[in-house]
Formats: sequence, structure tokens, C-alpha cells
Amino acid sequence: MADTSAPSFPTIFERSRPGRRAARPPHFDEPDLAALLGEDQVRAAPPRLPEVSELDLVRHFTQLAHRQFSIDGNVYPLGSCTMKYNPKVHEEAARLFQDLHPQQAPETAQGTLRLLYELQRDLGALTGMDAVSLQPAAGAHGELTGILMIRAYHRARGEGKQRRVVLVPDGAHDTNPATAAMAGYRVVEVPSDATGEVDLDAFTRALGPEVAAVMLTNPNTVGVFETRILEIARRAHEAGAQLYYDGANLNAIVGRVRPGDMGFDVVHLNLHKTFTTPHGGGGPGTGPVGVKAHLAEFLPVPLVVEADQGYRLSEDVPKSIGRMRSFVGNVGNLIRAYAYIRTLGLEGLRRVSGHAVLNANYLRVRMQQAGYTVPFDRLNMHEFVAQPPEGLHTLDIAKALLDEGMHPMTVYFPLIVKEAMMVEPTETESLETLDAYAEALGRVLRRAAEDEGYLAGAPYHTPVRRLDEVRAARRPVLRYAFGDDPGSAD
Amino acid sequence: MPYLPHSEEDVRRALETIGVESIDALFDALPATLRNPDIDLPPAMDETTLLAHLRSLAARDRPAGPNFLGGGMRRHFIPSVTPHLALQSEFVTAYTPYQPEVAQGILQATFEYQTMMSELTGLAVSNASMYDGATATAEAALLAVRQTRRERVLVSRGVHPETRAILATYLEALDIRIDTLDLEHLATPVPTVDGDVACVIVQQPNFLGSLEAMAALTQAAHASGALLVAVVDPLGLAVLTPPGAYGADIAVGDGQTIGNPTAFGGPSFGFMVVTDALLRQLPGRLVGETVDVDGRRAFVLTLQAREQHIRRSKARSNICSNHQLTALMATVNLAALGPQGLREAAAASLRQAHRLADRLRSQGADLAGDVRFFNEFTVRTRRPGSVVRSALAARGVHAGVPVGSEYRLGNAVVLAATELVSDEDIEQLVGALTAEGELEGREVGHG
Repeated sequence: MADTSAPSFPTIFERSRPGRRAARPPHFDEPDLAALLGEDQVRAAPPRLPEVSELDLVRHFTQLAHRQFSIDGNVYPLGSCTMKYNPKVHEEAARLFQDLHPQQAPETAQGTLRLLYELQRDLGALTGMDAVSLQPAAGAHGELTGILMIRAYHRARGEGKQRRVVLVPDGAHDTNPATAAMAGYRVVEVPSDATGEVDLDAFTRALGPEVAAVMLTNPNTVGVFETRILEIARRAHEAGAQLYYDGANLNAIVGRVRPGDMGFDVVHLNLHKTFTTPHGGGGPGTGPVGVKAHLAEFLPVPLVVEADQGYRLSEDVPKSIGRMRSFVGNVGNLIRAYAYIRTLGLEGLRRVSGHAVLNANYLRVRMQQAGYTVPFDRLNMHEFVAQPPEGLHTLDIAKALLDEGMHPMTVYFPLIVKEAMMVEPTETESLETLDAYAEALGRVLRRAAEDEGYLAGAPYHTPVRRLDEVRAARRPVLRYAFGDDPGSAD
Repeated sequence: MPYLPHSEEDVRRALETIGVESIDALFDALPATLRNPDIDLPPAMDETTLLAHLRSLAARDRPAGPNFLGGGMRRHFIPSVTPHLALQSEFVTAYTPYQPEVAQGILQATFEYQTMMSELTGLAVSNASMYDGATATAEAALLAVRQTRRERVLVSRGVHPETRAILATYLEALDIRIDTLDLEHLATPVPTVDGDVACVIVQQPNFLGSLEAMAALTQAAHASGALLVAVVDPLGLAVLTPPGAYGADIAVGDGQTIGNPTAFGGPSFGFMVVTDALLRQLPGRLVGETVDVDGRRAFVLTLQAREQHIRRSKARSNICSNHQLTALMATVNLAALGPQGLREAAAASLRQAHRLADRLRSQGADLAGDVRFFNEFTVRTRRPGSVVRSALAARGVHAGVPVGSEYRLGNAVVLAATELVSDEDIEQLVGALTAEGELEGREVGHG
């Protein structure tokens, strides 16, 4: 029975009182709006924005922050998401450049342009690619960029109409099939084999003159390195397909083996993963794309180039797919990634991948000791997939972990493993933290065995408890109801 | 090594637990011939050296000086409290709120964001944000194509040239035809809309700064069953008629002007707000209100059946990460300014832009038509826009977004003013344009 007396946390609109405000822009006498804009262009009623004092504003968003889990707060081992520590010096680095306007004359932006030019070069070197675009605003946006370039490549060779299919493994990130569809392709899934790798025979059968691209993540989403990658690349290229590298898991191998050397033609990077730009609660990400020389003429514009008079943005790409977003890209994040690469150097980045894989294997063993099973029981890379003991549900264990003050792993992904728990501790966690995580997972199992109702009721000590998600979807309330309107969308 | 906690003893203990000899042994699955390539990267830097290096780069940028740049982004007042609150580490270092019990901070702030964007635009449903205004516009066109099952869009040439370029990239992939509506007297004439048109896309105010007749354009679109996509500046909506009031179906735009620094173009965020009727076609994340088992109000990602992580190749879009943190900057900023502060900023911006226009006219400038505008407008110049911009920069003023030849105005630039522009700044720009001889003897175009 719901306890309807439990207090709800107020919205900013409920804190609002007429006439209050926090901030004042520079003062000017108000002009005659109707005279300058025309009567019909003037807004009739003001938007109902909140009216709060500065301290009320500070309290509201500070208390909201306290209702938010973060990597700065505690371990956050979401598989595939790479919740590693975000260095604070990067924030200072980004602030140094934040006042530059994208429409400034290029001679007044030489510092930023040089930084971006060097970053294009460094990302190319790290991935083994010949040219890099910094434009895409997120990993999925990078995927779209890469697939559109592959499409342009096939068209330029007169094979655009014939190659209508993109192959993805059944364990692929969900964005891969969504991206291929956005570029007008039909998606065909290739099954994985018992070891967690792409089933090579099924893959070979799926190849044909209609295949435009093969999208692969390596290591893949179960944390397994595709050991037959050179053979996969050879067969894909023999069939005339381009090989796309989903860089979501590059952090497992950065500095140790390069996508370009493995035979990939296109790669996107998630700077918020390998290069530790903050996730921001769901973005902004940043998804630069690197390509081999044969695809460089299709890169999106603008590119940063070095010219006689210094650095500038160039739109001189003969068969460019066009623009993917406004201006040059998510520069604030590009600066952070640049700072990270400069801080670590090649040796440091190699150690990053080394310790990421070390930590993931260590936690796998500790979780196995705590009573969890691992369907692909082999050395893993930067992440692994585990399962709870028979009869228990991953969702319940995730909720119980919240009461331990720890964030659950990625749950129910990849889809090819039942009750999947996808764990990625990252290189920045200490062994003590990983021990504590495994111990908490063990404690959850022991309590579940002692108390039948415990797991289904968890969490008990979080700011709110389990939510009625069905109600949220059936009767969508997507904005605050101001009293005189229903606030409901349906 | 920075950020890596393990001592040699830790590494030894971890290797022993795993049962391997060395870290390198963990990578035996990698192709042996390709391992540990020699990669040419500059040597590692400590924090002090890094910051000195970055400061030396930043010193080659010249952001300072009076700033009259618009053309997609502008400098507006952002009170200190905005970044202080929005950039708290709990927000900065969180992931997408997949575990709502411990993510009420971001979920509730996003619900508040959706409400504020709904209020600003006068439309019912805002998603949780997009990448930027241009990609939001492209996604709006795709939404219209899905909704109407028509495969042609009309776009006004008044839509920012970069936005139209991105629209072309996105739509060309799906073989959707784009027709461009030429401007007359710097504004979009009411077009004939055929029955195969999914949507008409108009920017208000347009790239040249002029105000468009949105109500008439909307009526023309609706008359043949097409949707009207309004590309709007959210700051302008404090004083300008909101899209909902003239019947627009979708409002999109870039959120930089309501709380984010210009940051050489990004990240800002895009927004998309639609009518109730289009809810199920909306791409991207949505936060909805519900209750927890104790009856407390709580917020959660909802209607996820539209999204890539459920539908894979049948999703509305492939968008996954949106631009949550920069949208949060806007949320805090709008709450800090409130309705009065936002109106004051918009009105002051408008006032200073008109003051600049009056001063230029009094110096004999040709304002490329006698049109109504908000806070950006077009002025003809003697030399090409990029030359003018560089000449002004040399005089310490940032101004003059070049107007391309597609507008057939001859040499011209777009100028913007905001509440951060003082009367003295205006005199400096007028003086610099006059000294460069830009306001006289120019080629007369055909606007």
C-alpha cells in the first residue's frame, strides 16, 4: 500500500514567488517593442519561468545535486560506458578557451585552431588513420558520419545501388543498427559463437555484393577481443565491404593495437570514454571520426588545416558528405581530450589500457568468488559480462546495490546474454574499491538467501524508491502542471 | 602515473588473483605482429607544464574586445551563479540517468528544462535536448517525413546556411528532396505548398536578421497538410511571438543564447519542442513524472520505445547521448533570470541592435532593405564580408559575419548586438567601419 504522506521534493516552479529573481542583466531602458518589432510579432504573455531568489536557486540545484549519483561520489562501473575519473585540470583547460566566438576572424583564433589541428593529428596517430574529422557531437553522430562516408564511397564507385546492407554482430551497441537505418541501409545481424566472438562461418555467409559495411566493436560488447579480426577484415574487403570500427571500447586497447592496423577503414571515438571527457549526465559527448586515405575525400567539413597564414578551417574536401553539425565541433570537449593526451603521452595511454584490463579481470575473478557466473569464462578485456545465480534477477540486484551506495553495472545488455550484468570498472579504481564492490555484491546474495522479500523491495535508502515506470509511460506527464493546465501530454 | 592508483604491489596482487604473469599477458589475444606500435605522440606533461602550454595557446586567441558577432551564436549575460550550480561535480560526472532512484537530480532538472522549453515555445512537449540547433532542425525534418509519409521538404533560404547544409547531409541519405525558397526583401515569401511536401522550415528571425511572417507561412503549410518547423532563437522568444501562438508544429533551435558560452561553436545544445500530436514521433530522450512505491513524486526516462536502445534499427533516430549538461546550464540560467530578467536581456539586446542600426544609417550605411529585426541585421559593405571582419578585428572589434553570394546582396555582413554591448562599443564599431570606408561607395546589390 503506497504511503501517500511521504513528502515530495519540490520543483523549481513550486519554489517560485511573483517578483523574486536571482540575476539581473545590464540595465537599459526598455524600448518600444511594438514599434520596433511590429504589433503582430510581440509576445502576448510571458513564459512562466520560475521567479526565485539567488539563495533559493542555489539551494534548489544544490539539493538536486545531492539527489544525484556521480563518479566523483563513488564507483560507477557501467559496462561500455567507461565511467572513469574525469580530471579536474581539464575543466580549467576548457575554461581558458570558452569565450572564443565561432564566427571570429581565423587570425584571432590561432591558439584554438592549432590545438584542434594537433588533436586531429594525434587522434589519427592513435587510431592508425590517415585523416580525422572533429565534427561529430557524440558517438552515435560519429557512427552516422562514418556510415555516410562509406555510402558516398560506394556511390562514387558506382556500387551505391547495389550495396544496401550493413552487417552488425548480434551483440552490437544499439546505436549501430539505428545508425545504419538512418543512413538508409538494411541491417543484418550476424550471430556470435560460444566463445563470445563473431561466428566466422555465419559472417562469411552473410557477406556478399550487397554488403556496404561491417560495423564491429573490438573488443566487443561482452569484453572479448575478436581474435580473428585480421581474417574478418580480409574477407570483408574481398567482398567489397568497408570495415567500420565502433570506438566505444577503444579504451581497452589504446596504445597497444590500432584499428587502422587491424584493417578498419573508418573509426569513431567516444571522447567521453577513452579520453575521459565528462559524461555530464548524458552528454555532451564528442565523436571524432578517422578514416583511411581512400575515404579522406568524403570527410565532413570543415577540417582544420595549416596554411601559409597559420591555421584555418577548410571546406576544400572534394567529395565531402557535407556538414554534420554547426561550426567545428564540441570544442570544449576536444580541449579536454587534448589535455588528457598531453598529460599521459603514449606510455601513459598504454598503461591506461593495461590497468583497465587488469582491473576488469580482477573484478571478474572477485565476482566469481562472490557467487556470480561468467558465461564467457576466459580472460576478458576492459569489461566482462556476468550473471546472477539461477533464479535471481539482475534488476533486483542492481537496486540492492544502490542501498550499498554503489552504482550498478550496465544491466540487460548485451541482449545475447540472459540477465546480463555488464561490468567495466575502469583503470582509475583502486583494488580496495573493487574489493568493496565484490563484497557488496556478495552481501546482496547472502541477504537474498536469508530474506525472501528483500531483493524485490530494494532499494530502501535512496532519495526515492522503485518507480512506477508503467504509469510514466501510460499517462505521460512531461512538463510541470501550472494549475490551470493539465500538464499531461496525452 | 596521473589518475592511475595502482602501486607495483597492487599490480602484483591483481595479477596473482587473475592468475597471469604480466599485464602484457592479458593482451595475448591481440594480433602479435601489430602489438605496441610506435606512435608519434608528444611526451607527457605534468600539470604545471600542461597549463603553461595551454595558456600559451590561449594567448594566441583574441576573444577580448567589443563583440557584435551573431550568425548562430552570440555572447549574452551569464550570471556567475549559473555555471557554479550547473557544473557541480554530481551533474558533470554522472551518466545518463538509467537508475532513476539515484538520478533524481538530473531527471528532475531535465523535467524542469522540458517545462521551460515548452513555456518559451508555446508548444506541448520538449525532449531532453539534441546536439545543436542544426542537427535538431534536420531531425525535425525527418520527424515530419515520418509523420506525413511525404518525401519532400521546403526550406527557406533564410535558414542559417550551415543548418541547411546539415539538413542536406541528413536528408540526402534517405533520398528526401529539398527545395529552397528564395527570399524577397530579405524575408520568405508565402510559397505554394504542394501536396507532397512534408514540412516547411523557416527560421525566425532569419539568418539575415529579418522577422518572418510566421503566421502566414504556417497557414500555407497547413493548407496542404505540411508541418511548419520554426527554427527559433530561444532568447528572442522572451519578446517575440512563440511558435505555438502561430500554429507551428515543431520548434527547434540552438540553446547557446540562453546560458552557454560561445566556446568556438560548442558544445551548446539543440532543442526540439512539438505539439501533443507528434509526441510518439519525437526523437531522443524524454523525462516523465511518476511516483515511487511510497507515493512520492519522482521522475524517470519514459516512452523509450521510440529510442535506439529498445528499437535498434526501427528507432526514431540513432541519438543516444544528448547534450544534458549544456541544457542544464540553460535550465539554471533561465531560473536565475526568471521571466523578467530574460525579457530585460532580450529587450536590451534589441535596443542596442537598433541603436547600432540607427548610428550606421546616420553615417550613410545601407541596411539592405527597410526590414524589421530583433537583434541582428544585415548591412552592405564595400569589401567582401571576410575582409571586413578581418579589418575590424585588426581594430580590436569582433563583427561582421559574412553574407554569402546566394543572398544576392553583393558585399554584406550580419551584425548583432546584445545586452553586453555598451554605447561606447557601438561607437567603436561605427568608427571602425567608417575608418575602413566600408559604409560608402559599396556596390549596390539587389535585395
